[in-house]
Amino acid sequence: MRNAIWNYKLMNETHPTPETLDREARAQLEALETIGLDNLKNRDRLKIPPQNMPAQEPGVRRLNTREVTLGYSDAQARVEALRCLQCRNAPCVAGCPVRIDIPRFIKACAAGDHDAAIAVIKENSLLPSVCGRVCPQEVQCQEHCTVGKSLKDIGLAVSIGRIERYVADHERETGKAQPPPVKPDTGKRVAVIGSGPAGITVAADVRREGHAVTMFEALHKPGGVMMYGIPEFRLPKDIVRFEIDNLRRMGVEVRPNFVVGRTRALHKLLEEDGYDAVFIGSGAGLPKFMNIPGENLVGVFSANEYLTRCNLMRAYDADRADTPVARGRHVAVLGGGNVAMDAARTAVRLGAESVALVYRRTRTEMPARVEEVEHAEEEGVEFHLLVNAQKIIGDEHGQVRAMECLKYELGEPDDSGRRRPVAIPGSEFTMAVDTVIVAIGNDSNPLLRQTTDGLDSNRWGNIVTDENGKTSLDRVFAGGDIVLGAATVILAMGEGRRAAQSINNMLKPI
Amino acid sequence: MGHKIMQRRQLADEVVQLTVEAPLIAAERRPGQFVIVQLNDDFGERIPLTIADADAKSGTITLIFQTVGKTTHLLGDLREGDTIANLLGPLGQPTHVEKYGHVVAVGGGIGGAPLYPIAKAMREAGNRLTVILGARNRDLLILDQEMRAVADEFILCTDDGSAGRKALVTEPLRELCEATHAPDLVVAIGPPIMMKFCAETTRPFNIRTVVSLNTIMIDGTGMCGGCRVSVGGETRFVCVDGPEFDGHKVDFDNMIQRLGAYREHEDVAHEKCHLELQANERNASDT
Ligand SMILES: Cc1cc2nc3c(=O)[nH]c(=O)nc-3n(C[C@H](O)[C@H](O)[C@H](O)COP(=O)(O)OP(=O)(O)OC[C@H]3O[C@@H](n4cnc5c(N)ncnc54)[C@H](O)[C@@H]3O)c2cc1C
Ligand code: SF4
Ligand code: FES
Repeated sequence: MRNAIWNYKLMNETHPTPETLDREARAQLEALETIGLDNLKNRDRLKIPPQNMPAQEPGVRRLNTREVTLGYSDAQARVEALRCLQCRNAPCVAGCPVRIDIPRFIKACAAGDHDAAIAVIKENSLLPSVCGRVCPQEVQCQEHCTVGKSLKDIGLAVSIGRIERYVADHERETGKAQPPPVKPDTGKRVAVIGSGPAGITVAADVRREGHAVTMFEALHKPGGVMMYGIPEFRLPKDIVRFEIDNLRRMGVEVRPNFVVGRTRALHKLLEEDGYDAVFIGSGAGLPKFMNIPGENLVGVFSANEYLTRCNLMRAYDADRADTPVARGRHVAVLGGGNVAMDAARTAVRLGAESVALVYRRTRTEMPARVEEVEHAEEEGVEFHLLVNAQKIIGDEHGQVRAMECLKYELGEPDDSGRRRPVAIPGSEFTMAVDTVIVAIGNDSNPLLRQTTDGLDSNRWGNIVTDENGKTSLDRVFAGGDIVLGAATVILAMGEGRRAAQSINNMLKPI
Repeated sequence: MGHKIMQRRQLADEVVQLTVEAPLIAAERRPGQFVIVQLNDDFGERIPLTIADADAKSGTITLIFQTVGKTTHLLGDLREGDTIANLLGPLGQPTHVEKYGHVVAVGGGIGGAPLYPIAKAMREAGNRLTVILGARNRDLLILDQEMRAVADEFILCTDDGSAGRKALVTEPLRELCEATHAPDLVVAIGPPIMMKFCAETTRPFNIRTVVSLNTIMIDGTGMCGGCRVSVGGETRFVCVDGPEFDGHKVDFDNMIQRLGAYREHEDVAHEKCHLELQANERNASDT
């Protein structure tokens, strides 16, 4: 077995404390106020220091499951907001999948009017506390930000997501996050399948119009990937629960332990149970495997299984949880997306002695959020780039002992524009590991497709919809990962919005 | 919420039968399907249990299980009137029931529970039904009366001879395969090692053999892949593609290793050496 090879240098590097960051921000704010906030020229704004996100120290957080980032202070949020140039063409808005009026909400935040700021966001987004934390801002709004462009570094763009998170957290923590008003009952009923971001959005938007909504969820806790996949240290479950409770307060009926297609067929919901419309937001939950030898050995997990054991079943709490999880000593994670980072960082927290992230391409091609990649590295995850697993090797008990890998180099760009990794012949080497987590993504969950006649899907198994989110079946709509393939929270929410609009139009009295 | 326990019966030493209120599942379930049971939202484990019987009219399902792990023990301790927090189902592909001709249903230990509804459905579909039911000893026998009632021919065996024939279930199975009118279909459900040897018994005779796998599961909806098995060299998910597969294609050795991954009890190992020893003895005497 290898020795523990944690990068102690990174882990022990200290960062400014939240108190220091806040103190600095207050001083900066005071200085700006003496100039007069309304008198700030673009030149001045570009000189305002970008606000760092306070975070638990790497050496500390790798031993706990609490949230890593701690959130801006009020002063930090305002100073960061003052960096925004209020561009008339607002290029950031074009980068936001749900077209939040970013300059307007940032302006309100800069002025200290957080209520107005959150109201602007909520015109377009239902889950700002979540999106502020998990959106890949660097390839969405912040990629287009003029500040980042002027300073020639996307990393220096206005931290739109962090400001969004601040105003959303502020609203929730001060008890101001009330469920939206609900119109009088229309007598119409809508079934929502799945309780991820797509389903939550549809439930809220449809319920608002006065239609009765039942949200069916296969698992015992609602929230979709936000509950079972994304770990607590990145998205506290209290936030997800809060959003679900808000739905309940609006009068949405939440039915966990109900798998549509098995507990009840989809067409029966429409034909026998009196639902006027159905929305399918069943997600992409079908883990992909590598199809390499040894993948069914003991100690090989899909990231979904590993994360579900830890998040949903609380396996990290070994004293109380009945569900065990392999506490691997030497863990390899295959993949380079958010799922892979989450699995690797969970393994760190479960006490692994080494965690190797094995990715076929280079760091630039990693689809994970930049912040998560940095955090993973700080927590001691070793990156093995341009490497791919070929074979997993077990002992006589079928337990993983090693992994055979092959080295790669980047070749010509492929269809997606990313340079294609090409194997280097003869570069095989083995890595001693006892746990392998396959985190190369998810395909669409086939259960509803298999149990529902006439529901069209494409060759990847995604449900096909028209531009209004309608499927091939009458009165049946779909959105989120089940339509897009594994995508993002914000896209799922956007799809939900659109489908809810169509459902509301369809149910409008004529 | 939760599902109320309407009736509890102790079927054998460590075997409990619960009749549980679950009207939706009772209405939809078909033979071969199972439910996921969880006793506590936050820390409870999710375990699969086959639906042994259901009554759509009274809205109840019957679960039969052996108290082997923590969750089954807790479940076995529940009384009438108590509730089960979470019950998800019916899951899995139902058994394909049609008229095959002569069907032999082989049940070992607790495997008699999932086998019973399938045997009954096979008989109702017009098949001639032979049931072979086995257990380690007479105290561990379950559903023998019920099985006897549905079967055209009923063969009982125990390892120690305390009831019926002193034999492993594979013995009468092999005799049936050797008979002039060999079975058209064998359905074998029981401990993995028993299913493995049933499949080995029928393989030379080329008799289709269906087995029902009870792997470790978490979600039961195809989301985690924890239940995966190798069937004919391909990875399949027991919870959505199964639980029934062609016994001649299942990689039982891998499945047994995976089942043992978290097992504190050594009963699998125990069962395994026991059966393998006997099988070796038999092979030795064959040659
Ligand atoms: C580990 C991980 C990390 C991620 N990190 C990020 C991130 O940082 N940023 C980001 O934007 N995105 C991230 N994603 C992707 C994001 O979570 C998904 O794109 C998003 O959750 C999709 O939402 P959805 O509503 O379509 O489906 P899901 O969130 O998948 O929810 C679907 C729900 O439907 C339920 N369901 C399925 N079938 C049925 C049925 N037949 N009956 C009843 N219920 C059913 C499922 O149990 C599930 O709870 C991550 C995903 C994973 C797995
Ligand atoms: S929702 Fe996402 S993309 Fe839109 S503004 Fe917020 S962080 Fe940017
Ligand atoms: S139990 Fe999770 S995929 Fe089968």
